[in-house]
Amino acid sequence: MSLLQAKQEATAAQLSGTTVPAGAGWITSLREDALARVRQMGLPTRRDEYWKYTRPETLVEAAVKPAAPFKHDEAPLFDEINRLKIVFVDGVFDADASDDLPGENLTIERLADVAQADIHWAKDIYGALETKGQTPVDRPLAAYNTAMATDGVVIRVTGEVSRPINLIYKHESDVSDVVLHHVVKVEEGGKVTLLENGPAAARFNNVLEVEIADKAEFHHVRAQGRDHERRAATHMFTRLGTESVFKSFTLTVNGVLTRNDCVIELTGDDAIAHVAGACVGDGDFHHDDTVFITHDAVACESRQVFKKVLRNGATGVFQGKILVKAGAQKTDGYQISQSLLLDGDSQFLAKPELEIYADDVACSHGSTSGAIDEEGLFYLRARGVPKDIATDLLTLAFLAEAVDEIEDADLAGEILGRLEGWLERRRG
Amino acid sequence: MLEIKGLKVKLEDEDKQILKGVDLKVEAGKVHAIMGPNGSGKSTLSYVLSGRDGYEVTEGSATLEGEDLLDLEAEERAALGLFLAFQYPVEIPGVGNMTFLRTAVNAQRKARGEDEMSAADFLKVIRAKAKTLKIDADMLKRPVNVGFSGGEKKRNEILQMAMLEPKMCILDETDSGLDVDAMKLVSEGVNALRSEGRGFLVITHYQRLLDHIKPDVVHIMANGRIVKTGGPELALEVEQNGYADILAEAV
Repeated sequence: MSLLQAKQEATAAQLSGTTVPAGAGWITSLREDALARVRQMGLPTRRDEYWKYTRPETLVEAAVKPAAPFKHDEAPLFDEINRLKIVFVDGVFDADASDDLPGENLTIERLADVAQADIHWAKDIYGALETKGQTPVDRPLAAYNTAMATDGVVIRVTGEVSRPINLIYKHESDVSDVVLHHVVKVEEGGKVTLLENGPAAARFNNVLEVEIADKAEFHHVRAQGRDHERRAATHMFTRLGTESVFKSFTLTVNGVLTRNDCVIELTGDDAIAHVAGACVGDGDFHHDDTVFITHDAVACESRQVFKKVLRNGATGVFQGKILVKAGAQKTDGYQISQSLLLDGDSQFLAKPELEIYADDVACSHGSTSGAIDEEGLFYLRARGVPKDIATDLLTLAFLAEAVDEIEDADLAGEILGRLEGWLERRRG
Repeated sequence: MLEIKGLKVKLEDEDKQILKGVDLKVEAGKVHAIMGPNGSGKSTLSYVLSGRDGYEVTEGSATLEGEDLLDLEAEERAALGLFLAFQYPVEIPGVGNMTFLRTAVNAQRKARGEDEMSAADFLKVIRAKAKTLKIDADMLKRPVNVGFSGGEKKRNEILQMAMLEPKMCILDETDSGLDVDAMKLVSEGVNALRSEGRGFLVITHYQRLLDHIKPDVVHIMANGRIVKTGGPELALEVEQNGYADILAEAV
């Protein structure tokens, strides 16, 4: 029996009796189609090419591994930012905790409501970008999400939105198993910033589909919560029009398992896509960034900057690919993934890939793994800075290169504050 | 101020003796210069005194105002008042020059049990000191030494020295990589810091730096030892005749 057949049989067994949630006709057919695709491709196993370094079992198995919500006394992230709050508690929209939804140049609806509407513009995006992102690499957890998600937000941006939209996830139940699916459509000339933060659930499957029209901009800053035992598989799928901009940054602090897939398709000329991440892991921590960027237009720029600080046996994974299609001339692709290993127990696994079918492109990639720079450490100590503080300063400097990718200084400041907090707690 | 007695040092990883019994005493208010050919152990002496890893002291002692330096961590030596101006200042990407200096100043104050300097006070002081060294606001904001020219790096070392106000300053080939104007600027910075309570140890290959920073005492170091000590005229002798005569004489 082939690997695919074995996967299909195992998936069929696991999903026997699974039916898609009730909804209007258009979404039911999209959900059923997605579930059929999951059965066809099979749920991920360790033998899949893109799951070599990250064990998918606990993300896939029917029963969720319990994870206690983590209590801490840090002020909520983005608290200092004037933003529109949308709160989900264990994956369910909490209207009381959320702000009033409509805003200027903006409509926001719950997926739960949209799914009941006879007809909705979201039908052209919901599951469509996800489906497109299944080629050439299967992402069955995303298809599963499209099939099973019952909540999320559906956002349409028609102009410049002055304050960020903040999706706040709260984890309360030990056994919450949450599937959320968000759709964002930024229309021509529109501009919006989306913030996401919080641990969401014991197990979280999140999909964000973002359609960015010509000359539109989408900024995204995300922080995945500190809950130690939580698990998450997230996917971002985005398609960019001419002269559009996509910039996304993710901070991951702890969490026993986090897999972040980012799939970007540059379809209009002169578009810009940046994706960055900083993660800090201590002990039983596994973090995987998997990025796939397709250049399918002329003179687009893509940039990937990923930094990981690992200690006490933590594991970091980076799988990043730039695919330049024939005709995507003048492509400017850049990718860097680096890890700072604070001890000998931690590991960083990196798989950078370039696949280029155009002849007039500039693509570069680099990946490094190393310890604290001894020269820098001595220099700081010779000026009187104690070793632990000097180490933190150098660690923060290492991460700052990823945080610098955030355009908004206030948002970058919030993220840096979290990183400083992490370092400080470790210093005791 | 600084007293070194019979200091013998080898490399930690290999059986190579570098300092073979150095005796040196720098009094407060004085400038001592150490000259010597390549490989004589001058830079090693500066590193061992400031606490860099990789060296093993096999014999001898080094004290600063009576405190044993050799048992202390690098940062503790700094807090005691020892300062090394690096021959090759290290670039630290991501750490702003200003943040670096404020962290250093306040870490030293804390170690000495003094109050930390407020951000406003710090800014006032550093601006004034930077101005005299022709260090502009942009250089203060940039990451430590990243993209600095050779001259900028050395000026930045002197700025750090001015901010930290150490008791004992060791300048390791501060003239290397400097053009005439930069050397003058750096020397003026150093001279401005000369005072009754402060000692200097200036390590250099060439006499020209000593035209600007006038030493009280000149030592010639060769093969891990100080082989000759004299007044400023000794530096001129080296300039004219090279080291060969002195070394021959010492043997």
